[in-house]
Amino acid sequence: MVSTSVRALTYAQAVNEAFHQEFERDPSVILMGEDVAGGAGRSEFEDAWGGVFKLTGGLIGKFGPERVRDTPISENGFVGAAVGAAATGLRPIADLMFVGFVGVCGDQIFNNMSKMHYMFGGKVKLPLTVITSTGAGVGSAAQHSETLYSIFVHFPGLKCVAPSNPYNAKGLHAAAIRDDDPVIVFNNKQLMGGVGGGIHVPEDSYVFPIGKADRPKEGTDITLIGISYTTYQCLKAAEILEQKGFSAEVIDLLSLSPLDEDAVLSSVKKTRNVIIVDEDYPMCSMASELSAIIAEQAFDFLDSPPIRLNAPHASVPYSPVLEAEYIPSPEKIAQAALSILE
Amino acid sequence: MTKSQSSIPKDTLMWMYETLVLIRRFEEQAKREADQGRILGTHSAIGEEATPTGICAHLRDDDYVLGNHRSHHHCIAKGVDINEMMAELLGKATGTNKGKGGTMHIADATKGMLGANGVVGSNIPVATGCALSAKVQGKDNVSVVFFGDGASSQGSLHESMNLASIWNLPVLFVCENNRYAESTPFEYAVAGQSVANRAAGYGMPGVTVDGQNVIEVYEVAGEAVERARRGEGPTLIEAMTYRYHGHFGADNPRGYRTAEEQKYYEDKDCILYMEQFLIESGVATKERLEEIDNDAKAKVIKATQFAIDSPYPDPSELLSDVYIKYP
Repeated sequence: MVSTSVRALTYAQAVNEAFHQEFERDPSVILMGEDVAGGAGRSEFEDAWGGVFKLTGGLIGKFGPERVRDTPISENGFVGAAVGAAATGLRPIADLMFVGFVGVCGDQIFNNMSKMHYMFGGKVKLPLTVITSTGAGVGSAAQHSETLYSIFVHFPGLKCVAPSNPYNAKGLHAAAIRDDDPVIVFNNKQLMGGVGGGIHVPEDSYVFPIGKADRPKEGTDITLIGISYTTYQCLKAAEILEQKGFSAEVIDLLSLSPLDEDAVLSSVKKTRNVIIVDEDYPMCSMASELSAIIAEQAFDFLDSPPIRLNAPHASVPYSPVLEAEYIPSPEKIAQAALSILE
Repeated sequence: MTKSQSSIPKDTLMWMYETLVLIRRFEEQAKREADQGRILGTHSAIGEEATPTGICAHLRDDDYVLGNHRSHHHCIAKGVDINEMMAELLGKATGTNKGKGGTMHIADATKGMLGANGVVGSNIPVATGCALSAKVQGKDNVSVVFFGDGASSQGSLHESMNLASIWNLPVLFVCENNRYAESTPFEYAVAGQSVANRAAGYGMPGVTVDGQNVIEVYEVAGEAVERARRGEGPTLIEAMTYRYHGHFGADNPRGYRTAEEQKYYEDKDCILYMEQFLIESGVATKERLEEIDNDAKAKVIKATQFAIDSPYPDPSELLSDVYIKYP
């Protein structure tokens, strides 16, 4: 008899499992970041934190402080060190705690990490992974709540992925670590906090291929494209639309660079309507990029212009009443869809 | 100097005591607000009240203070209104930042408080720029930036110390060394085991002071502020202090430090020390100090009520203070 039991993991547990398996599989994998273990240098308090979002717990106990390194608060230093280590035989993971901290280490990411392979004539490989957290909704205000996909995907030398649930989070982290190029993994704080968790995650190691979107819901009337947490919001919006008699297809983008244009275009050509839901600032965003691609390559199939549904063109506010307005909600997504379909 | 020989004016001593107590009571209430779920958490400054108090005792409204993620005590010591601060914590329209900044970004330019800041080390160059501005404009005001031992590992501190020194800027770099960067101990993360010693490399004085002793902080700061006002350049001060609570919100510090260590610092509590000092030196009676404490509690209750009674911002505030309307 085939077992139908669900092995439900949280997002954080799934990512943690991927790290354990990749550390086991490849001795060149190392990890650096602030409080990735915690209580550094004090054996009685080893692994006090296991990462701010609990992604990296248990690694130091199993693989030791040589491979699992708490760092001082020096993002430019340890992200740059990851570049150097990657160029010389290691496969580092650097934990940039909040994506806004790219402001501290932008030099290393944009000037070195994204360019060395190309400007050295392809003769140096940089097999490294940067994990970072994104998203509003937890009262952290302007500097700790951003999404910022677009400034990373702008660089030709960076691959970028944004998982949306525990299953693809495990597979995308494994894929990022095994990839021979720099990969930025955006982990949304609400997803890491448990939203959308509890789905089946196979115990065995697997990769979810970089460059592939997913289609968590089929539909015929409109395509809703989500990225990370907004995929969850799109699925909720699809339920609202279902009640109104409309069938929405949801595309989960997952890979921001490279983009799975085929998945996007084939869905849009079928449904003939599209809303791209993106928590990033609107100007020059992933939503803008997808909108342009759809307009260029599927214009004749469209019954309505693509709609970009971003956060507003403003920094993330602190007050809960303003922050609630900030993130595209299922209701807003459904409303935008109904404005086309009704 | 014995306690009875203090040359500090009585008004200043009493202001410092009032400030220490007001900060403590405000922070206790902020924690209660978080525990009750009205806010999502703060970086508590309980235990670290003395450093900004002893330093801000020398500052005027037109001097600048810049803080970090743990900055409620900097704000109160610089004279920011606690009604508006509590309203900001609760995300209300009457807050210092209209509810848009919250606990990590409290600012009040009218008091020279140019902002808390959520990115570690990020405000150090900005404070250096405030000092540059004062110098270029021929003013005698000074700039003070508070940061933690964690931030001492950021390049921004080193770049700023160098700039301030070559340009002889009126800035105080004040490291509140509370021994932990989140859960990471100072002795692990800071090579050479001293932040103050790094001043030598940039040609400025570096002073270590007991950050639990507001009198000592006051005296060290007095020299540094006067030096800056006279146009003699920057000073690095490392105040040895301790945060009694976790890094943020519900973080339990017992996960990475011992009860014995905590007790050592709590026995050196800055408020207890100051109470004893004021009573023994005859500056104030125990009864007077109790009145001050009760007064602080009443002010904090009033601030909390003000915050609770205040309206939330209008949703249109989401798009105010934005330079560019898009799309």
